[in-house]
Amino acid sequence: MSTELVLYDEAGPRTRRRILIGSIAGGLLLLVLAFVVYRRLDTRGIFEAERWDIFTDPEVWEAIGRGLLATLKAAGAAAALAAVAGLVLCVLRTSPSPLVRRPAAVTIELFRGLPVVLLMFFAAVVLPVSLFWAVVIGLVIYNSAVVAEILRAGIASLPRGQTEAAAAIGLSDLQTLRLVLLPQAIRRMMPTLVSQLVVLNKDTSLGFIVGYFELLRTVQTLQFFFGDRYLFSFFFVAAGIYILLNVLISRLAIYLERRGSTKAAGGGVPRALAVVAAGTGENV
Amino acid sequence: MNAVFSNLDLYWVGFRTTLGLAVFAGLIALALGTLLAAMRVSPVPPLRWLGTAYVELVRNTPLTVVFFFFVFVAPQVDIVVPFFASAVAALSVYTAAFVCEAVRSGINSVGVGQAEAARSVGLTFPQVLGHVVLPQAVRSVVPPLVNVLIALAKNTSVAGGFFVAELFGVGKRLTNAYSTDVLAVLIGVALCYLVITIPAGALANRVERRVAVAR
Amino acid sequence: MRVRRSRGIQALAAAVVLSLGLTACGGDDEPTVEPDEDVTFDAGTKMAELNEAGAITIGTKFDQPLFGLRGPSGDPEGFDVEIGKIIAAALGIPADGIEWVETVSANREQFIQDGDVDIVVATYTINDDRKELVAFAGPYFVAGQTIMVLEENSDINGPDDLAGMQVCSVEGSTPAERIRTEYPEAELVPTDAYSNCLEPLRNGQVDAVTTDNVILSGFVAQNEGEFKIVGEPFSEEPYGIGLALEDDEFRNFINDTLEESYEDGSWEAAWEATAGEVLELPEPPAVDRY
Repeated sequence: MSTELVLYDEAGPRTRRRILIGSIAGGLLLLVLAFVVYRRLDTRGIFEAERWDIFTDPEVWEAIGRGLLATLKAAGAAAALAAVAGLVLCVLRTSPSPLVRRPAAVTIELFRGLPVVLLMFFAAVVLPVSLFWAVVIGLVIYNSAVVAEILRAGIASLPRGQTEAAAAIGLSDLQTLRLVLLPQAIRRMMPTLVSQLVVLNKDTSLGFIVGYFELLRTVQTLQFFFGDRYLFSFFFVAAGIYILLNVLISRLAIYLERRGSTKAAGGGVPRALAVVAAGTGENV
Repeated sequence: MNAVFSNLDLYWVGFRTTLGLAVFAGLIALALGTLLAAMRVSPVPPLRWLGTAYVELVRNTPLTVVFFFFVFVAPQVDIVVPFFASAVAALSVYTAAFVCEAVRSGINSVGVGQAEAARSVGLTFPQVLGHVVLPQAVRSVVPPLVNVLIALAKNTSVAGGFFVAELFGVGKRLTNAYSTDVLAVLIGVALCYLVITIPAGALANRVERRVAVAR
Repeated sequence: MRVRRSRGIQALAAAVVLSLGLTACGGDDEPTVEPDEDVTFDAGTKMAELNEAGAITIGTKFDQPLFGLRGPSGDPEGFDVEIGKIIAAALGIPADGIEWVETVSANREQFIQDGDVDIVVATYTINDDRKELVAFAGPYFVAGQTIMVLEENSDINGPDDLAGMQVCSVEGSTPAERIRTEYPEAELVPTDAYSNCLEPLRNGQVDAVTTDNVILSGFVAQNEGEFKIVGEPFSEEPYGIGLALEDDEFRNFINDTLEESYEDGSWEAAWEATAGEVLELPEPPAVDRY
């Protein structure tokens, strides 16, 4: 890891011994921690069979599957719509005409400054749409603004020469964007975009608060129906599924980043710089 | 309209609670996140492993799930605290992972040559960290860190679904009481959030620009 | 420290009994309500529209044992659900033509106004404020607000003992408003659904839960020995069927259907199959045609 070279040299024999002692101490600490957690759970009876026997019921798995599907459906719809809306917003935001650029910038700042759950709630009570669409609309409003900013940062990170060359061969602004800038920007920011996909997927769980039957809510309903002693088990399974899902999407991001840095001219934008440039930081 | 103006006191309570959640959780998250970052860059493998595991786990878990854990599940293992404290705990635990990553990216952004030069001059590890690496890292840590904190301020809205009367919770209560005036109520809530996030965002942009110049 | 081991078997047995009583799939003691085959309605009425569509969207609760509780199949079961099926049958719509939507206390009026649901049968108390936004058919049942506490709690015996106590109820519900206006020394802890109150009650984060007695009875029955209801009901909560404000024809039709169900025993059968497992059969209330 490069951080090791930044902060400290190769370890000499004395340091290696110190590190070994530290590792053993650290390892023991971890074991003790794990044991304490295990004991705490065990004395509450969390590991008893009767708390987990509910999972032999296929109906339960069907219900969980439906919850997962609801999560994925909302995430998929929102991702597709946010990508399109984000693209449009980005084009507006980079327009040379201030009449178009300013309102777009204001809109983006507005949408990014509001909590997603508020947007979902707003859509649910103000618009005559179903709960599914309220969740999707909330997600789209927020994420389209984020996507627009990511793409704008991507365009800004391209060498000036690209725009100049496009102008030199007579392309209009819109054509320049469409044929030259955006394709490169999208390729460069692909890792960041996929990270945002993870964020979007996690945000579908906010549907829980407005009553949408995504995974967590479905699992809570099962707990109401089958009894309180299953709370921990159901939660564990739901959390596990969410984590697995997001890890898979994140792995996709890493894979794309690796591919991107060997393919694209000049390599991909370093992750840290991309994050800073996009001004999005790590979000919800 | 009347719905908003006759309930300004409620809005204020919500706003105060939102700020309270953000400040408490922010402070804890900064401390915890920096600790985690230190763990992740330390030469001791178990610490590195623990830090990485924590961050990977939390980053892939939705905030709602973390809240659900602290409010509904933790009491089952006898960890019972008032709702506000559960909310602060959930927000801190969650945000700390992102603080850690921001700090780590800041450390990574410092050129290798800096540390090597410092070592070749004879500085010890703590001196390298304290006099050379961290001061430079701080410059590039601040923009993403401010963004993390803005995200935290918005994430406090999740607490409104878990028994805490912050802004979003107040919004829910008022849309109920004034179901004909829903638009006005929610615009009021939105404005309160924007009062926090827009100036903070402007601050982040200013800082970002100064960092760029310094490079 | 709560020991869950011995309770486990009891609770499991109770849950099995309760869920057997409420199970839709293969439930033999569930009243089968046959849709009226040859019923016709005047053109242009809501009834004709629904009858032709062969489908109806009904809002109900998904987390209220005995009245509207969603099972793993995804469909709710309970007394409100059965009443909904009776109305649908009178419209000539079979049970599988019903789309069940969850309406929580906070969004019942919105869903009706936006047209997201055709009717709401969801422990929906009739009151004058709500009558300005939606119309009510019924009542089809009268409940009363009361208080639920932990089995071992001896401090709270009625609403007057709530001063300074944390009381959990649902945002937008009549019981919550009543606490806010009539018992302001009690500290109301609002949430979105009554079932969210149970864990905090168990853990001592709230001292009591307040809502209608039948809802609380469902929770008491579902969680053997953990909770108890204290005091007498201190209000009257007539449950009605919510529908769009101006639709008088539809309202009269539903009122007619309700009165028929009192006569022909289907109301009683609906009760016995659901809430009747735990509660006594009450007298059906007279419908209010205002």
